[in-house]
Amino acid sequence: MRTPVALLLELGLLLAALSVLGTLARRFTLSPIPLYLLAGLAVGEGGVAPVPAAGQFVETGAAIGVVLLLLTLGLEFSLTEFAVGMRRHVPSALVDLVLNAAPGAVAGVLLGMDGVGILALAGATYISSSGIIARLLTDLRRLGNRETPAVLSVLVMEDCAMALYLPVLAVLASGGQWWQAMLGVLAAVGAVLTAFAVSYRWGHHLGKLIAHPDAEQLLLRVLGLTLIVAALAEFVHASAAVGAFLVGLTLTGETATRTRAVLSPLRDLFAAVFFLAIGLSVDPVDLLPALPAALALAAVTVVTKILTGRYAAMRDQVGRRGQLRAGTALIARGEFSLVIVGLVGALHDTLGPLVTTYVFILALVGPVLTRLAGPAPSRPRPAPDTRDGST
Amino acid sequence: MDVTEVLLPGVGLRYEFTNHRGERVGVVARRTGDFELVVYAGEDPDEGRPVLELNSEEADTVAEILGAPRIAERFADLTKEVPGLVSGQVRVGAGSAYDGRPLGATRARTQTGASIVAVVRGEDVIASPTPQEVLRGGDVLVVIGTHEGITGVARIVQG
Repeated sequence: MRTPVALLLELGLLLAALSVLGTLARRFTLSPIPLYLLAGLAVGEGGVAPVPAAGQFVETGAAIGVVLLLLTLGLEFSLTEFAVGMRRHVPSALVDLVLNAAPGAVAGVLLGMDGVGILALAGATYISSSGIIARLLTDLRRLGNRETPAVLSVLVMEDCAMALYLPVLAVLASGGQWWQAMLGVLAAVGAVLTAFAVSYRWGHHLGKLIAHPDAEQLLLRVLGLTLIVAALAEFVHASAAVGAFLVGLTLTGETATRTRAVLSPLRDLFAAVFFLAIGLSVDPVDLLPALPAALALAAVTVVTKILTGRYAAMRDQVGRRGQLRAGTALIARGEFSLVIVGLVGALHDTLGPLVTTYVFILALVGPVLTRLAGPAPSRPRPAPDTRDGST
Repeated sequence: MDVTEVLLPGVGLRYEFTNHRGERVGVVARRTGDFELVVYAGEDPDEGRPVLELNSEEADTVAEILGAPRIAERFADLTKEVPGLVSGQVRVGAGSAYDGRPLGATRARTQTGASIVAVVRGEDVIASPTPQEVLRGGDVLVVIGTHEGITGVARIVQG
């Protein structure tokens, strides 16, 4: 085995750069995703620091990143929580869908895209980033606030909508006759419903099959199963991401909790590679023409998400200020908008740069706006260390 | 006392209650095992002011402190709750065969079923002694078991 020096060096430098960018973003309670995208642009073709040797790895890593993102999304999902959300927030979810998918769809029509492009853009403007927002609420110490359950409920409903949307989009994007698409859509919806049923009735059996006290064994088993299912899903044009999501849905209880813990560092690494790859795949030259449309779309969907959040919080009898906090919290778009682009981006020249710019803006603006809407996060002052008397 | 439980999807649970002074208190229990204590005291009734953040170990300790009187009571009840379980004290004779030999050599638990939970040596108490603990003449063993078991231990170490 020959150790590829150039690959190791480039990858090492890339990860070190990402770590510096991540630290910088976290210092200001911002998401590092926009900076990762920028880093991808910088090292891509036409960028300032190309990485020829690591390119192949980043591409492969990105595919694994999407699979892991969707797998953990499925693992997070719990039917009980979904049922509680359903009881209270179905109207909120509908408002969310209509208000936020419509601007994307309209923009798609105005930009002269075909049906798949319109559907993809509508999805990209609809789905908030549960990753960014969950982290944000923790960092701003808002978990105890009364508007927070409404925000989280909306996110859960969106994630569930994704489970139905992604297979539909994947089948349509893979082309074919309309009846093939319809059949594919039905199969995809059927698969999602089956996964729900399996997780509900037999989830613990599957858990027993996968569960192992050794973390290494658990990791290998879950990862092996997920990649196999993802590959099969991709093979039937239902997208690897959807396959991974289904595996995540079927794992429940203790197995899901332990798997989450084992997988999360791996997910973080490969998700960062995925954001890098999205930046890499976009030619910086295409960004400038996409900027006006992205800015307009961002401006409109900032307002529509605020309205959504206010409505959802109002249903929980939260006051005006809490409503505003809920609305601004929902603004951030991120990983899933990019996953959508990853699904259909290759077919549409304009979609990739547009959504990348759009996510870049909102992943940056969202956290800033919601920070301004509430009081400054009061960090607990670290107590002076009296043990060594250095203070 | 009324405690309201609110589900935080994907995060955990929030408990909310009003204490005797009329303050609204919230406890966020996260899936990770971490806890956060907030009070709703500001002009905005929906905003929780963070008071404390505890990781699971710290939360356990706080719970132990708050629940301490009850835990002490439970220990006192232990011998009452298990019928036939008693504790007794056995003196290691100066001429005992085990004077100067490790506790494990007595094979007391194997033979009698009773457990030696402490060794009292003059002013010192050795709690939960290991089998390697060397006994000396004059030591007092604290034994938990049945009446017969304790008598059995006495026969072994005094003999």
